[in-house]
Amino acid sequence: MSDPNSTFVPGPAAPADDLSETWWAAASGHRLTVETCSCGHRQHPPRGVCTACSSTASLAPGEVSGRATVDSYTVVHRAPRPDVDVPYVLARVRLAEGPVLLTRLVGGLDWTIGDAVSVAWADLGDGRALPYFIRSTEI
Amino acid sequence: MTGVAIVGAAECDLGVTGKSILGLQTQAVSRALADAGLSLADVDGIASTSVSRFSVTQLAEHFGIQPRWSDSTFAGGSVYEMFVARAAQAIEAGQATVVVITFASNQRSAASRKLGGVYEPWTPEAQFEEPYDPLFPLSYYAMAAQSYLHRHGATREQLAEVAIAARQWALLNPQAFRYGKGPLSVEDVVGATPISSPLTAADCCLVTDGGGAVVLTSLERARDLRRPPVRVLGYGERTTNNSFTGAEELTVTGAVGSAADAFARAGVGVEDVDVTQVYDSFTITPVLSVEALGFCGPGEALAMISDGRTRPGGSLPLNTSGGGLSYCHPGQYGVLLLVEAVRQLRGECGARQVPDAEIALAHGTGGILSTHATVVLGRDR
Repeated sequence: MSDPNSTFVPGPAAPADDLSETWWAAASGHRLTVETCSCGHRQHPPRGVCTACSSTASLAPGEVSGRATVDSYTVVHRAPRPDVDVPYVLARVRLAEGPVLLTRLVGGLDWTIGDAVSVAWADLGDGRALPYFIRSTEI
Repeated sequence: MTGVAIVGAAECDLGVTGKSILGLQTQAVSRALADAGLSLADVDGIASTSVSRFSVTQLAEHFGIQPRWSDSTFAGGSVYEMFVARAAQAIEAGQATVVVITFASNQRSAASRKLGGVYEPWTPEAQFEEPYDPLFPLSYYAMAAQSYLHRHGATREQLAEVAIAARQWALLNPQAFRYGKGPLSVEDVVGATPISSPLTAADCCLVTDGGGAVVLTSLERARDLRRPPVRVLGYGERTTNNSFTGAEELTVTGAVGSAADAFARAGVGVEDVDVTQVYDSFTITPVLSVEALGFCGPGEALAMISDGRTRPGGSLPLNTSGGGLSYCHPGQYGVLLLVEAVRQLRGECGARQVPDAEIALAHGTGGILSTHATVVLGRDR
């Protein structure tokens, strides 16, 4: 039987802005980053101010491993817009480095909280790309 | 404790009304003022969110009032509990003498509800969340439910009790959308149309027209008015997250803090509460709230309610109107939590009346478990 959840076709994404342009620049090259402060704090989405130490000068995009675990997920059966296929799997994943992302899980509908996943990329068609996650192949 | 009381409370028409928002607001405010024995000329404070971007401005002109105090804080459905706190402070500070808090929506008649929500394109969520097609707010609550069941080893079937109990109450309330529609079974809830797992259509609140208003003034003045005063004993609030990822943990909400503040201010504890109204946008919402309010410990709510104690006649009467699940949910349900709490404390609830209710709790939840506001109300003794 074919997988009803074999691809992620992203919906429209709002344009990058001054806070997010470096994140999108990395994502366009399929590199996943989170805003990282010299104090050690990592946060997403980018804010331009460290919520741990208040610094505005010590932040830079920090590349992360792309490894994560499923924090929670939901199988969506009702389309929020006409041109999206259901069912699909929406999830929160916790990066190995800490921050939580909202994303899609691709590859079947049978998921469990705590599953290991790794990043994959969906091109937006405007030069940008968005991360989604697939079952991790590492043992 | 505060020196402020709720002296009027009313619903506008509920369900499928075919009316405009301002038409429903006119009903809500007029009925609440009539209940209090006051008129528009007495009102010098207005709080609302529901008409337009300029909600209070719109209402002030509509009712011919130039308020000395107003509030249009936007925090989703819990803001009506926040408004009680702000109105009590304004009255105690002498900035206003009579405040009307009002909400109405015609979302069902106008078919204005969108499954995917509304993202403003300049927000980070429009870049980082909307392209993944979350149902908003539904998918957030679905993930909270998934996380709760996993973390605490609870079952999907246990969660159904929330909807079943709400329906039992609605069967006693002629104003309820599901009045006369018969009871729900576990199979009805679990087997309903899947929407965003583990939640089905029966786990989701109604989408109806409706709303209401409450009128507040000083306790001193309240004692001269026609209805028994309902005292504002305590209040508290927390704002925790705007996005799907802002909260570290999905199952422990800001209600922990809002409730602690409210009980401390009221000088009462959870054990003193006779009747409880909590926001039930989805079945998981009251589960998280009941734990956060302190009725039981984390992970214990579903086992606790499995004996039917939140149903009519039970020891923890919860959402006695039938709640957002079976009575009315006009988009921001918070004002109707207050209306029902007031009516219970006045003993006006007929077949669903909780005997001798003296302390009531109303707890609102807004957005995607984003905002949390608790109000403790009591009979004047």
